[in-house]
Amino acid sequence: MVSNLRHVTAPLIGNNPITLQILGICSALAVTTSLSTALVMSLALTAVLCLASASISLIRHHIPNVIRLIVQIIIIASLVIVIDELLQAYAYEISRQLSIFVGLIVTNCLVMGRAEAFAMRNPVWPSVLDGLGNGLGYSLVLIIVGSIRELLGAGSLLGYTILTPASEGGWFVPLGLMQLAPSAFFIIGLLIWVIRTRWTEQVETAKFTLKTQEVRQ
Amino acid sequence: MTDLLMTAIFQENLALTFFLGVCTFLAVSERLETAFGLGLAIIVVQTVTVPVNNLIYNGFLLEGAWAWLGLPDVDLTFLKLIAFIGVIAAMVQILEMTLDRFVPVLYRALGIFLPLITVNCAVLGGSLFMVERQYDFIESVVFGFGSGVGWALAIITFAAIRERLKYSDMPAGLQGLGSAFLVTGLMSLGFSAFAGMGS
Repeated sequence: MVSNLRHVTAPLIGNNPITLQILGICSALAVTTSLSTALVMSLALTAVLCLASASISLIRHHIPNVIRLIVQIIIIASLVIVIDELLQAYAYEISRQLSIFVGLIVTNCLVMGRAEAFAMRNPVWPSVLDGLGNGLGYSLVLIIVGSIRELLGAGSLLGYTILTPASEGGWFVPLGLMQLAPSAFFIIGLLIWVIRTRWTEQVETAKFTLKTQEVRQ
Repeated sequence: MTDLLMTAIFQENLALTFFLGVCTFLAVSERLETAFGLGLAIIVVQTVTVPVNNLIYNGFLLEGAWAWLGLPDVDLTFLKLIAFIGVIAAMVQILEMTLDRFVPVLYRALGIFLPLITVNCAVLGGSLFMVERQYDFIESVVFGFGSGVGWALAIITFAAIRERLKYSDMPAGLQGLGSAFLVTGLMSLGFSAFAGMGS
């Protein structure tokens, strides 16, 4: 049981899909302009990831090796269609805001990557836990980035005003940049810096080292 | 049409403003040559798949597309994800075989990148944008080509910067991925200066 729990906790920070494995970055950057879209996207992706891992792991002995990618993609695509229809039925506004990014879960490398690397080789229960762990690791980064961008960009969280903007008599001047694309790159870059300063084993070794120059007298 | 082309290349660059294909963007930009090959492959695939998906969407999936068979109420739009990904996979496969047969030089140059493109979100994203913005056939050809060129431009520039980046002295935590994100952010900021060129 303890070893199974490891599948959930390891991807949170130690082996985070976004900051270390470089998986699923596209959607992580795009949906984080506000916290609510980030939350919905996290939920959708975690659900797809768990279900996809479960079903792929369930039939892993029956999938011919040659066409395994096609089988995986079809399974993932069917799950995503279900989630997409559900969102359109029950959360239409948010599904408008998420635009094409729910559909893009199909090609999210995180889902494919975990299916290929873990679910194809492991029994159902660990696969589900692995999916859940990676989904939570992904959600963690999304929620952090989403909170920062919404708080600094609009002065609110989940639509509730936290910092009253100057236009409504408060003191806070919203940073327009936070709502634009570049800020997402900056925040994740800085987040990676923070994580790697704390957990130094994640640091990539430099390919070239600078030679220290001797000062001649 | 030139407006659409310019917008797709610069202002609404798939990689830098919509974050499509960023995974590949960060993973395959260590060397300029490979980035160039991948960029070329994306241009070709994007120019082919977006118009083909446009035909399939309007001809088979859209509500009323089966009216000539006496089935005016059939609405298959929910199948678009599976249909598009199938078309993309098939197109990539056909392209691979055609190149192998007729242009072996290019085939060898692109190497393993062709099959990888199937799961690149920039390609599927292009097709989904085509549906969302309701482009007609001609527009989708232009949009497919333009967005492909934009993506290629971004990755080639980025790879060139990254080759220099290897020699620079920076905090250990920023080495590699961290600095890659920051540079992409700066590039994205730079590309947003093109705003207004399309319209």
